[in-house]
Amino acid sequence: MPHVRVLVGTRKGAFIITSDESRREWKVDGPYFGGWEIMHVKGSPVNPDRLYASQWTEWHGQIVQRSDDGGQSWEPVGNEFSYEGVPGTHQWYDGTPHPWEFKRVWHLEPSPTAADTVFAGVEDAALFKSTDGGKSWSELAGLRTHATGQSWQPGAGGMCLHTILIDPGNPQRMYVAISAAGAFRSDDGGRTWEVATGGLSSDFLPSPEATVGHCVHNLAMHPSRPDTVFMQKHWDVMRTDDGGRRWTEVSGNLPSDFGFPIVVHAHEPETIYVVPILSDSQHYPPDGRLRVYRSRSGGNEWEALTNGLPQRDCYVNILRDAMSIDRLDSCGIYFGTTGGQVYASPDSGDSWIAIAEHLPAVLSVEVQTLP
Amino acid sequence: MTSVRVALPTHLRTLSKVPGEVVVNVGHPATIRSVLEALEGSYPMLRGTIRDHGGTRRRPFIRFFACERDMSHESQDTELPSEVQDGKEPFYVVGAIAGG
Repeated sequence: MPHVRVLVGTRKGAFIITSDESRREWKVDGPYFGGWEIMHVKGSPVNPDRLYASQWTEWHGQIVQRSDDGGQSWEPVGNEFSYEGVPGTHQWYDGTPHPWEFKRVWHLEPSPTAADTVFAGVEDAALFKSTDGGKSWSELAGLRTHATGQSWQPGAGGMCLHTILIDPGNPQRMYVAISAAGAFRSDDGGRTWEVATGGLSSDFLPSPEATVGHCVHNLAMHPSRPDTVFMQKHWDVMRTDDGGRRWTEVSGNLPSDFGFPIVVHAHEPETIYVVPILSDSQHYPPDGRLRVYRSRSGGNEWEALTNGLPQRDCYVNILRDAMSIDRLDSCGIYFGTTGGQVYASPDSGDSWIAIAEHLPAVLSVEVQTLP
Repeated sequence: MTSVRVALPTHLRTLSKVPGEVVVNVGHPATIRSVLEALEGSYPMLRGTIRDHGGTRRRPFIRFFACERDMSHESQDTELPSEVQDGKEPFYVVGAIAGG
């Protein structure tokens, strides 16, 4: 029978939440790695029992954990992330040059074609790749050494590469997003990159339509349409239909176009979801009402989804990697909050239930659809 | 060879799956560096968690104590106190105190 496994990273450990196809009864296991920040946990599409987890604290730095039994047991693998060559500098907050320094892994993206291959998006922003199941890591330095790299600058959360999309039909095609540099596309498996920010406009920049400097919060793509990518930017929800050469705004009637995550429905490539947040200075939902917004037209026309979500006194945030989908016939939508709730909808967002409450602040949510 | 007891902070005991103190064997005289190298050799998952992978820089929120002495800012080639080298006292790797 099909079932789902929800992989939750929190500020104080990881949790694995499971259910059958009905998605009515849920079992919460964990915490794994209690007390550590778990930035992200994700499974291999090739071997779903192969999981990778990014584990971190300010005290002890980065650990990468790997499981080969669906999260029942884990082993630490390689945690050495060395920039290739002399790393050089990027811009610091005050505009001065600042040396690239590795801090942590924000996102792990297992390859769609090989279980031992996994990509890591790190802070300070760079892309690493392992082909031995996470034991060793090599930088794909063409991104960091892009001609614009010296002018990249951190956002308030650090200069992080937080989003990695791989076209499953052509794994040479990749997109990444960096706060606060922008979006980039590779057509050669990550060796070389081009800026993918045409049409973006950010009022906080001296030149709002600059090539880089945009605080892209998250990207999403349906596997059947690799040229179409959706973006939640610091402000603005955007889409491109030409692989990032040109973006157009699709914020439409959203109550706020600020937010962090964005996802695409498993079976409807023009159905997308965001969680509007009041503003970049307030970081909670408008009116204290937690509303997911769904567009069935690829943006511009949005409907609020509220059934089962708190509609008063709710002041949580939903972080950029904390929303995901399953691929069951009736597509499930999932997200976690900084208040420690994980919500699931088994019916494409029409209704929601809390499948976990009182967890530590949720940093990431990924969902596996298992046979 | 000298046997040195090492007390790790909770998170590193969990990571390395050791329930209490660990003992490492190093040449005489034992230094901070020789103890850390032996520790990382026996428990490779600790590499990068106490000092950087090059072995040169202590992580900022890590301290080294021995016999009520803060050795955090001393050269890694500093010889450990005789009580530590005799096994009477452990060498402490400590996580800085912080809330949250």
